[in-house]
Amino acid sequence: MKEQMKYLKLSKEEMANLLDELRREFRVVAPVRREGLILFEEIGSGKEAQLDFGNSRKSPKDFFFPQMEVLFSYQLSDNELKIEEPQPEPRKTVIFGMRPCDARALLLLDKIFLEGEVQDSNYRRRREENIILALGCTHPRRTCFCTSVGGNPFGTEGIDALFIDLGKTYVVEVLTQKGEELLRDRLSEADEESLKSAERVKREAESSMGPQVKAKELADLNLLDIFEDSFWDQVHEKCLGCGICTYLCPTCSCFDVIDEKTDSGGERIRLWDSCLYPLFTLQASGVNPRPTGRERMRQRVLHKFKYFADEFGQPSCVGCGRCVVSCPVNLDIRRVVNELVGGKA
Amino acid sequence: MADLIAEMRQAARRLLEEKKVDLIIGFEKGTLPLRSSPCFIRHPEDVDRLTWDSSCENNLAKYLPGRKEKIGIIAKGCDSRAIVGLIQEKQLEREQVVILGVPCQGMLDRWKMEQLLEGREVLEAEERGEELYLKGCDFERTLPRAELLHRSCQVCRHRNPVLYDLLLGERVAESPVPDEYAEIREFERKSPEERWAYFTKEISRCIRCYGCRNACPFCYCRECFVDAEPLWVGKTIDLTDTQLFHLVRAFHLAGRCVDCGACERACPMGVDLRKLNKKLEKDVEELFGYKAGLSLEELPPLATFRPEDPQEFIR
Repeated sequence: MKEQMKYLKLSKEEMANLLDELRREFRVVAPVRREGLILFEEIGSGKEAQLDFGNSRKSPKDFFFPQMEVLFSYQLSDNELKIEEPQPEPRKTVIFGMRPCDARALLLLDKIFLEGEVQDSNYRRRREENIILALGCTHPRRTCFCTSVGGNPFGTEGIDALFIDLGKTYVVEVLTQKGEELLRDRLSEADEESLKSAERVKREAESSMGPQVKAKELADLNLLDIFEDSFWDQVHEKCLGCGICTYLCPTCSCFDVIDEKTDSGGERIRLWDSCLYPLFTLQASGVNPRPTGRERMRQRVLHKFKYFADEFGQPSCVGCGRCVVSCPVNLDIRRVVNELVGGKA
Repeated sequence: MADLIAEMRQAARRLLEEKKVDLIIGFEKGTLPLRSSPCFIRHPEDVDRLTWDSSCENNLAKYLPGRKEKIGIIAKGCDSRAIVGLIQEKQLEREQVVILGVPCQGMLDRWKMEQLLEGREVLEAEERGEELYLKGCDFERTLPRAELLHRSCQVCRHRNPVLYDLLLGERVAESPVPDEYAEIREFERKSPEERWAYFTKEISRCIRCYGCRNACPFCYCRECFVDAEPLWVGKTIDLTDTQLFHLVRAFHLAGRCVDCGACERACPMGVDLRKLNKKLEKDVEELFGYKAGLSLEELPPLATFRPEDPQEFIR
């Protein structure tokens, strides 16, 4: 695909039409403004899609790994047990406006849900069927740090086609077969001049990124040197122990499985869980191996930047900055990583 | 403001040096414009981290229950009211805290600001008296500070701490707003269907991150009802479960909530949690003539009784 990379073009005014056209065939999900928040939702009209936004409050991870998912339901009647699996969404989904960081997060989720011994079938189906039309970041925010963790404001990993905003038009970098099939007959070829502008927009975005976060340096530290460091005794102190950072995060993948029962049936449901909750590791015996905020905070930071990096060669963080923006006590993960590394330098 | 901060640091230094406290809980400069962050200071040489401005929005009383040390705490009006409540509820001994009261001019609502700027990012901000100067990569704006305050701050009647050992800075004038329940009265005029529809719409955004609960100074239960065994309330984000969680939490806070707004400030999904709490605050005030967190002597109405208490509900 690389050698025959296609560049297409679309005027900004045409975007709503394109989305409406796609809606005839697909379920189209895009960033919308709801009660002042930017959220990814299915749109009922192309005009609903927001084209000018920082990033969504909650990550679009839900469309691959939903916060709540019924795995199966069962009914018991006349001594007969009937088990039913929920029907998947009949139409394929096109997700428009995903940021490159969030798309890249899917490759990290793949490592958990697809690349181990067991594959998660629901997740796999959504990964295969969903088409990602991403929107590059012309103006990375000051909370963004994708370039510190292996990404880029115009990164292409995990994306079918990348839209580059040139003000009045988009240059569209078609990256996969899926992207090409979807767009080739709907958009026109990009001209040389637009391509040059796109390159300039990309360069400017990259050079506007804030200071680097020392993720690589953290991954290179010896775990035994940092695990019992006194750093952990105080860094968690202001943490409220809520799950905001983990629930807004595009890469957090931990879940819990519960059974909702009635006298004649029930459902088995998968729900996101958070390592910052005390119940996360509470064992049936009553023992909790992570009894305080100290151990929970250490788990969150080291899982993302050390354990995951040791196992997969990159941190479980794409630098979207959601946790930085929304932490109610401004416990900034960038500062935590840099201070941990700084204390060991 | 600079004078106040200097006074704050000096007071904190003295308390630590004279070993009157083991720990100071206050605010330090945050990592983003218009953000500050709770901080924990144990050594006199660290007191210069302390700061004060209109972004010190957290209720620091949250950090008090369960601690063993002697603590010096920076407290604005609502923090001081929460401290009163915690002492009443025996979560804290009065002698355990040295309260450094700070008169408050109201805290700025960063979510409101984000909405007003339609998501454009603030890169620089400066408080200029009654105005707030904001600068981003493609805009510059000066906005009236009063409009950007949190809703709870806009109607707050206790900007000056109600309980303190040392008052930092000058007392401020209390809010001129005539009716702190105006918003609730308006809501009460709606039909039950409209109210339910509103509540449903708001709660439908809840992601059960428990930010509201965990930011609340009165949510100190060692085991929250949603975490308990047996499972009283389902754990899902199905509306039935999330609505029940918020309703039970609101009732549990009736007569205790001091309307500090911490829950709403924490909520990443902008859920209007305050409606429920403020409504119950109003009910308690009307039924029992009680306002939470104002006096150490008076017992919260739901923790005591009087023979003349309203009892029309008993039939």
